[in-house]
Amino acid sequence: MARTSFAQATWLVAEREMRTFLTTKGFWIGFIVTIAGLFALTVLPTAFGGDDPKVAVVGSASRVVEGKPLDVREVATVEEATELVRSDDVEAAIVPDGAGVKVVALNDPPSGVISQLVDAPPVELLEPSEVSSAQRSVTVIVFGLVFLMFGMGGAAIAQSTVTEKQTRIVEILVSTVPVRALLAGKILGHVILTLAQVVVLALVAPIALRVAGLSELLAVVVPALGWFVPFLMFGFVLVSSMWAVAGALVSRQEDLGSTMGLVMLAVMGPYFAVQIFFENPAVLAVMSYVPFTAGIAMPVRMFAQQAQAWEALVSLGILAATVAVILLVASRLYTGSLLQTGGRVKLSKAWAPAE
Amino acid sequence: MLTVRGISRSFGDHRVLEDISFDVKPGRMTGFLGANGSGKTTTMRIVLGVLAAHGGTVSWQGTEIGPQHRPDFGYMPEERGLYPKMKVRDQIAWLGRLHGLDRATAEASTDALLADLELGDRAGDRLEELSLGNQQRVQIAAALVHEPDVLVLDEPFSGLDPIAVETVLDVLRKRAANGVPVLFSSHQLAIVERLCDDVVIISKGRIAAKGSRDHLRRSRAGERYEIVVEEDAGWVRDVPGVTLVELDGPRAVFESVPQQVLKAAVDRGEVRSFTPVVPTLDEIFKEVI
Repeated sequence: MARTSFAQATWLVAEREMRTFLTTKGFWIGFIVTIAGLFALTVLPTAFGGDDPKVAVVGSASRVVEGKPLDVREVATVEEATELVRSDDVEAAIVPDGAGVKVVALNDPPSGVISQLVDAPPVELLEPSEVSSAQRSVTVIVFGLVFLMFGMGGAAIAQSTVTEKQTRIVEILVSTVPVRALLAGKILGHVILTLAQVVVLALVAPIALRVAGLSELLAVVVPALGWFVPFLMFGFVLVSSMWAVAGALVSRQEDLGSTMGLVMLAVMGPYFAVQIFFENPAVLAVMSYVPFTAGIAMPVRMFAQQAQAWEALVSLGILAATVAVILLVASRLYTGSLLQTGGRVKLSKAWAPAE
Repeated sequence: MLTVRGISRSFGDHRVLEDISFDVKPGRMTGFLGANGSGKTTTMRIVLGVLAAHGGTVSWQGTEIGPQHRPDFGYMPEERGLYPKMKVRDQIAWLGRLHGLDRATAEASTDALLADLELGDRAGDRLEELSLGNQQRVQIAAALVHEPDVLVLDEPFSGLDPIAVETVLDVLRKRAANGVPVLFSSHQLAIVERLCDDVVIISKGRIAAKGSRDHLRRSRAGERYEIVVEEDAGWVRDVPGVTLVELDGPRAVFESVPQQVLKAAVDRGEVRSFTPVVPTLDEIFKEVI
């Protein structure tokens, strides 16, 4: 009989994995929600945030607001204006105060209003950034969320591994093809699925930006996306091999929680770390070289134009090397634990050479 | 021929298999019997390479078995399971391809098998939608789809109703008739008695008895005979040298001097039957374990 080569076996496993995943409703729902979320994130701020601040103006104070981009409502008395501030109908009230005017607001100085009332000195930027900090934080959120979503999506690998252990089809599988082909096929299948989703998102994102009228941002986002995709893919392989081990260590779906913790930490930790520290260039620079956080941190730095292309390549190299090491470790643990049933397999036992 | 020689295996300090040797001959159905926990499943898992042996060898056609042979084996593990959410036909065809068939061959083989197992109308259903008995048949199909050279089936008949047993049996017999050695374990002795050619009995990790079913039964027959005569057989106890085991009207079971008893019976009148008492597999099983 014709032999199944390692590559064929890997591909067959990957193919089954993809087909199974594509026929689950959860996958499609999640994907559609993500695309909808992407649109919401880019379109909504411009739809809601564009209005001029509302102010109430009393008597002679009206001269200071003339010609300014403010939504002015003239009222007769200071009390009336104060009342409007209290009821949150206006952001601030501008009332006469001696020879000048006074701004009345509820609890914070209304910076948007004040900036309109003063003559700001001219500003000269020596190294103007093309990317505003608001744009940067949106990017951090988007890159972070996408990474988090796919990272957690890798849990499907753990689930499919446990299913095979729980139903014992794994005995048929390992007596047929090499265990490494099973592991490779699972990771390959999910990498392809993830890549396909990323491609769709990468195609949709520019459309969303154009709809939102942020075409100028597009020129900055597209190259950053170009960096994000390889980082995301390597990062995904890294966590998927961990997910596979998490699945192989237990024998029942119900026990999966006990081994998933560490992997979830490896996925969510970087996400939160980058969300918290992205304003700190030094920390962000370090994180952009650490394999687990590099997937988000380096593309964000590239987006913010804080890093050179060679830095991204070095970081990608470190990431790729880590992936190779983790894959070797994972494949040994996976092999060592796949056929052990009953309870949770200890890592030391999974690592031990087969009896 | 599948040859198992001197297999041993321990789990921790517990020795579960000790010097297990037997053959599974081409074209013969070999029944593998043993009580729960006697080592049947462990032996079968070692044959399939799912578990490593701590000693001994398993050979196929004289060569020690390695990963290169195993895709040609058909295996049905003790604990059933395929992908619950995958459609029956997709699943079997996929396993066929994993064993090295091309897509068209795998699909053709799947369709033929499902028809033989009377599952043709369930081909498009997810496995989990089938009854347990039908899932069991799908499991048989999974072991057979790639036309294996050797079949190793752990409890293939458990959970099947008598009609399903016949269906599955037909399918297995067909394989055996084509020269495939079939090793199957069972605790349903009546089924084994009826359908196996050879028997291997394992007890507490050791081989307790083995050989062809008929030979095993005859060799265990000992010196016991049963005679049925026209009238009361009470006289048998008076034949010199005889040991009467059981007397029930015209029927007597006795040991030793069969010729003298027969002669005496013929002298007295009509002899309805005279046979050596051959133990059933059930009796042998209880005796050896």
